[in-house]
Amino acid sequence: MGKIKPQRLLHEGLHLSAAAYPGKVAVIVEGKPYTYQALSDAVNRLANYLVEQGIKRGDRCAIYMDNTWACVVSVYAILAAGAVFVIINPQTKKDKLHYVLTDCSAAALISDTHLYSVFNSVLADVTSLRCVIASGDENIIQDSTIVAFDTAIAAANTDSPKVATIASDIAALIYTSGSTGNPKGVIHTHLSMTFALNSLIEYLRLSPDDRILVVLPLAFDYGLYQLLMSVQLGATLVLERSFAFPAVIFKRMKEFEVSVFPGVPTIYSMLIAAHGRSVLEFPAIKRVTNTAAALPSEYITALKQIFPSALIYKMYGQTECKRVCYLEPELADKKPTSVGKAIPGTEVFILDKQGNQVKPGEAGILHVRGPHLMLGYWNLPDATNKTLVDGNLPREKYLCTHDWFKMDADGDLYFLGRSDDIIKTRGEKVSPIEVENIIYAIKGVKEVAVIGVADDLLGQAVKCFVALDSSSGLDLLHIKKVCAANLENFMVPKYFEIVESLPKTNTGKIDKKDLK
Amino acid sequence: MELRDKLRAFILESYLFTDDQTQLDDKASFLQSGIIDSTGILELIFFLEEQYGIKVADEEMIPENLDSVDNVMKFVSSKK
Repeated sequence: MGKIKPQRLLHEGLHLSAAAYPGKVAVIVEGKPYTYQALSDAVNRLANYLVEQGIKRGDRCAIYMDNTWACVVSVYAILAAGAVFVIINPQTKKDKLHYVLTDCSAAALISDTHLYSVFNSVLADVTSLRCVIASGDENIIQDSTIVAFDTAIAAANTDSPKVATIASDIAALIYTSGSTGNPKGVIHTHLSMTFALNSLIEYLRLSPDDRILVVLPLAFDYGLYQLLMSVQLGATLVLERSFAFPAVIFKRMKEFEVSVFPGVPTIYSMLIAAHGRSVLEFPAIKRVTNTAAALPSEYITALKQIFPSALIYKMYGQTECKRVCYLEPELADKKPTSVGKAIPGTEVFILDKQGNQVKPGEAGILHVRGPHLMLGYWNLPDATNKTLVDGNLPREKYLCTHDWFKMDADGDLYFLGRSDDIIKTRGEKVSPIEVENIIYAIKGVKEVAVIGVADDLLGQAVKCFVALDSSSGLDLLHIKKVCAANLENFMVPKYFEIVESLPKTNTGKIDKKDLK
Repeated sequence: MELRDKLRAFILESYLFTDDQTQLDDKASFLQSGIIDSTGILELIFFLEEQYGIKVADEEMIPENLDSVDNVMKFVSSKK
């Protein structure tokens, strides 16, 4: 590819980095390094395989995997094949996996063999699937229609497949919890994602010399964009499965001289607790970022001890536009509760109910404008119209965040609260209705209400109030078991309270406002 | 109760919400099989410290010590 050609597609970032730095380490997966050349070759091989299997421009291809090498390859290979990647959290259980694969009419599924028992149970029902690939221990798979990842990438052709994709095409569907219960597929194009990631790189002041740590799931857009930014820059990504074993992560951070640490408050809380037991110090870290939930101001002092050379970024975002705003790190002490201004190249407004801009200090709903907005929710025109509202220019849309904010006289933003009842726990969104629906389906449950309660480690913890039919013999253990079998771990309520009945409004709906 | 049985009972009850012994393989990775996640490991450590009177140092919080029933048992007996 000639250097003068501008980048239009998301995965062209990989081609450019592989051309500029073929021998440089692109990703270190649980300690094992892979170069840009190796990544580019594996990506093109898998992309050619997908094309041979009949995957066409715009087809949705699901990735249901842990943070692995195969997952990284799959993200770029699906794009290089002209298709759309749909990345699904590996904690997702059978029914929700089935819902997502059916909702997006997935043409391909790429997964891990250790998730075989879950995905195998839905394959027969998802008739759109034409290709199923699994990485990991091949001996687990007894089904000849499922192809081993290593077999799929063994195809010799390392040339990039010729596809007609343009920047307006869809690059990804990212499913996010919605207030109606079922997850919604957020549609992002090559244009919106490439724009967003360059804006992020700009304000985070990243360079090709950076080594970015990922302990968050790649299925979470915050984790995913670390990969996208790193590859775009030609930097190095240090990828780990999770933060479950902090000692392992600390060792990797030192060994590979990690310079960027993206986390959520739960991770910072675990770090600070560990620092309290025995002093931690990572002077090589130059950037610390937080999003998904507010970073408590009192964490900052300890974080400055743990990361003495780092700029600390507080940010706020939504999957619908990736990121909304960030506070310049130099202002962290001056404005400890602010999340700052719109990311470069975008704009925000706070509007009242009539759609007028509010004065500084007044509360209103935050709206976002820019090329980073989603195209809409997959298959959900009504939900899309509630969130993408008419802007001032012909056909232009603004994103309504549905979140309450205020702005100070300098234009810096302050998050005040959500206007829906979505719970944020460990930085993940939990829809109370989704949890309530699972529990309502249990025989012997009369009424259920799920709320979020304040929690030091989690931000909010999920709490469930349940009224039981006394003749059913149903006990809490069974309810917990059903939750664990059907919900991602972070959605399973931490607290349960059995009540006689739940409070009601005048119209007979369950009234959650006095529950705590 | 034997140490191993106590540990198994804790994992079954706290993470799998069952007393069905067949649901837990002593060799299975907690993390990979989705039994325990990152905040769950902390609860497991609190349980070990309380039950067995040991202190788990930060550098000991590694999969080799904590990521399966077998690994935990090996780790706990080495600390005794």
